[in-house]
Amino acid sequence: MYVAVKGGERAIDNAHAFLAEERRGDPAIPELGTAQIREQLRLSVNRVMAEGSLYDPDLAALGIKQSRGDLIEAVFLIRAYRTTLPRFGASRPVDTGKMTCTRRISATFKDAPGGQILGPTFDYTHRLLDFKLLADGQTPPAAATAPANESPLPHITGFLDRDGLIQPETGNAETPPDLTREPMELPAPRALRLQALTRGDEGFILSLAYSTQRGYGRTHAFVGELRIGTVAVEMEIPELGFAVEVGEIELTECETVNQFTGSKTEPPQFTRGYGLTFGQTERKAIAMSLVDRALRWRELGEDDTGAPAQDEEFVLMHADNVQATGFLEHIKLPHYVDFQSELELIRKLRTEAIAARTEAAE
Amino acid sequence: MTQISRRDWMGLLARAPTHRLAALMPAEPDAAFLRPPEIGTVMVRGRIGATGSAFNLGEMTVTRCTLQIASGQVGHAHVQGRDRDHARRAAVVDALMQTESASDVHAGILTPLAQEEAQRRSLRAAKAAATRVEFFTLVRGEDK
Repeated sequence: MYVAVKGGERAIDNAHAFLAEERRGDPAIPELGTAQIREQLRLSVNRVMAEGSLYDPDLAALGIKQSRGDLIEAVFLIRAYRTTLPRFGASRPVDTGKMTCTRRISATFKDAPGGQILGPTFDYTHRLLDFKLLADGQTPPAAATAPANESPLPHITGFLDRDGLIQPETGNAETPPDLTREPMELPAPRALRLQALTRGDEGFILSLAYSTQRGYGRTHAFVGELRIGTVAVEMEIPELGFAVEVGEIELTECETVNQFTGSKTEPPQFTRGYGLTFGQTERKAIAMSLVDRALRWRELGEDDTGAPAQDEEFVLMHADNVQATGFLEHIKLPHYVDFQSELELIRKLRTEAIAARTEAAE
Repeated sequence: MTQISRRDWMGLLARAPTHRLAALMPAEPDAAFLRPPEIGTVMVRGRIGATGSAFNLGEMTVTRCTLQIASGQVGHAHVQGRDRDHARRAAVVDALMQTESASDVHAGILTPLAQEEAQRRSLRAAKAAATRVEFFTLVRGEDK
């Protein structure tokens, strides 16, 4: 049981003032603006938006500044702010088939219709520190351009689907469950699992996905397609009686092509894992699709090998870093009454044990 | 002048950079708020496997506003982000587009916004197109 404590107001105020000063750092160094964070630390901003579950690059940049670059603290700030806002409604499901792609690759088809577009990627860089970035004020030369075909790029899994080689992905028009509105109940439908995964901690989802590659719930994943780009968000406006675009967001989508299932009645077919995340966040989207696929073992008639990534309760109840850090970090706060009772208990047990030993020796 | 539907101009205004809309609207007609600018969120949904049932992806910030201009038309806006001025201006344009001055508003505000957006998009698409690759599979020694 947690018993509250009182007092310490002056120390707390002074600690917060000290924090503000440390946040600013050396005043001789120019202060970092949130616009600079938004533009130049965009992948941090994307991660905070994805895990904060709120698409707003300016707010994410503010969270990063306020948290001194502690991204989990920034996610916490975003989640807390989100709870103060009314929700106007839900969008129509975004159409990623109409995405304006800045990146689109396939590890399964080298001649993917529409082509492979690398986009702004770290892939194929040498991972050597670039000391040129230490120098001030260098604006890089403008990126090269080439004639573009601006028509939408077809989903690569669509070609496998057309030939019946992959499990089809069809749905219904049901309202999906929302873990921000109702407590999560297990077993969770796939829609709820995907919501939990897309806002889950990138490190946790990455490690679980890696564990499946190393053999703990192996699903033999290939990245059928990874695409990054912008999609329109449309919502029905009841006052108007039609749907309008309320904005445009950047998303990363990963579709994996996994080992087959088949049965006496169904010929073998590839199966799918799916990842969709806010911003350019491809490590997270790939990891999400692997964990999604591992969690589908039951519906695909696979064995439960006892692997952590197959354990829905383990995955879903531990993926959220705000919940995790809240419970973890609370143990550093005053627990004096709790600990006092533990202390009394151990003194009593020791006295009894010592007395028993002395008695036995006599 | 090309035709534009209400749905299209509302989308264009929602996506417009706030400072550009402000720069293109130095003056605004008097308007009475029916719903003053309000910041909130919209839950963005995706589809399982891109084509399946919907799931909740996460929220985005949206500001909405409804107002009535002196000539009686009601303007409405739902715009991305948290800028109340953006929502108010978008609602004003929506109202004006229902009046006789629609063609002036279209030419003075919507057309430049649409052109700038098209330019931004094609520049980005052109940069992406320059990173298009052709992968070749090579026969390796041990495969012979």
